[in-house]
Amino acid sequence: MLYVQGLSTHIGKIQILHSIDLHVHQGEIVSIIGANGAGKSTLLNTLAGLYFPSTGKVTLEGEVISGLPAHKVVRKGLSLVPEGRQIFSNLTVKENLLLGMYSRYYKEKNQAKDHIEMILDMFPSLKKHIDNLGGNLSGGEQQMLAIGRGLMSKPKIILLDEPSMGLAPKIVNEILEILMRIKKEMGTMIILVEQNVKAALKVADRVYVMEQGNIALHGTPEEISMNPQVKSAYLGIKMTS
Amino acid sequence: MSIFLAQLLTGLAYGMLYFMIAAGLTIILGVMNVVNLAHGTLFMLGAYIVFTFISDELNFWIALLISVLLTAVLGIILEKLLIKHVYGKELEQVLLTFGLSFIIADVVKWIWGTEMQTLPVPALLDASLSIGEMVFPLYRLFVVFIGCLLALLLWYLESKTRIGAIIRAGVDDRAMVGALGINVGLVFTGVFAFGAALAGLSGALGGPLIGMYTGMDNEILVTSLIVVVIGGLGSWKGSFISAILVGVIETFGKVWFPSLSMLIVFLIMMVVLIIRPQGLFGREVA
Repeated sequence: MLYVQGLSTHIGKIQILHSIDLHVHQGEIVSIIGANGAGKSTLLNTLAGLYFPSTGKVTLEGEVISGLPAHKVVRKGLSLVPEGRQIFSNLTVKENLLLGMYSRYYKEKNQAKDHIEMILDMFPSLKKHIDNLGGNLSGGEQQMLAIGRGLMSKPKIILLDEPSMGLAPKIVNEILEILMRIKKEMGTMIILVEQNVKAALKVADRVYVMEQGNIALHGTPEEISMNPQVKSAYLGIKMTS
Repeated sequence: MSIFLAQLLTGLAYGMLYFMIAAGLTIILGVMNVVNLAHGTLFMLGAYIVFTFISDELNFWIALLISVLLTAVLGIILEKLLIKHVYGKELEQVLLTFGLSFIIADVVKWIWGTEMQTLPVPALLDASLSIGEMVFPLYRLFVVFIGCLLALLLWYLESKTRIGAIIRAGVDDRAMVGALGINVGLVFTGVFAFGAALAGLSGALGGPLIGMYTGMDNEILVTSLIVVVIGGLGSWKGSFISAILVGVIETFGKVWFPSLSMLIVFLIMMVVLIIRPQGLFGREVA
């Protein structure tokens, strides 16, 4: 289980996150929605150790991970798939995947092949590109590679930042189905940050709505989608008095 | 014909020397995005360290190894104490490394004096090769051999090892490397130490070739920066090709147009920058 308590983050002198509280249960998909600049990506980057929190505590399976640098956070079982995919364009698909299991490489060197096979079973479209450079893949394939690379470290929790960005609806649906499979087959906790609210609500067990660095709302997808503010602000449904 | 061949081999020897120093410079630049203007002084230091240990009756090869190790250790110290504080700050990097080059150069003057010194060629290679009626020093061929060996080693490290994949990933996207559980700080320290070791190696091997004098650091730095720019920032393969190009052109230039040899090299750099701003093997930056 992931617990976030009173998490605040400053970038320079500007406070971006204001005392965030959230939690994720085992085998649960939690979506975080919100407008541009709400602090969603900053929250994920703080959880991943790319930013240090100014206050608050993050615990993963009872272990405090807040304040640790990114490379140590990964070793504790948290994996980030960042916005914009950020795959290594001058490395092959296989090399990208192998770098994803860096934190476990020495312990599980002999299982590297099995890890890759498992990922390729989950993302069959990557199979034929295994020796191609990451930069030569399509947007959808790059996103699949980014998720696959994130799973290579066998994380307890995976954070996905805008995985649907710039992708065709068909590909978005494929990715959402894969997330459901990851949850079901691997029991991995997932935090999904999305501006595509319909996609976020579709797969989530619970949803947090962020506004200006705060958690504004929290509930099940049904509760959130029925909320008048969410309806008008995010789902494009005009409320009539 | 034999004169031409001898000049070509001389150009290759100088080219390989330039490659050895430029490789360290370009790897540091590619992975860490740091222009190390103290790289030339590490080259000079490499030569003077070998000179010191040979004077103490040590074998050239042991002195060479000590030189490489000491420059690598100095690289680690510099990165840990100073360089790490200026990542992402280009102006501060330039000022810091430029200042360091003055400090190290003055330390060299203070310890070894300002007279020109000669570093003897190791006994094993103190022979010549006859090419027609020309006599060609064996040591220069050895430098060519070491340069090619280094290129092979870099190719192997880059394409066949995990550390090579990490370094290529670092050139691509530094931030993401850390997010995958890789200790970027450690990678940066290792890369800087490796670059410094290459500078030390090239200085140690270059001493018998170009002599040792105060000011050699600036000359070699300018040449290696030209090599890096022509080859493409961050590309050691580019540096390999452009170092040979610069070495050969400079050598033939000194024979045919003695007063214009360096100007020709600068002109080539300008032409490359006009046609391909990213250098011959550099990747286009959006």
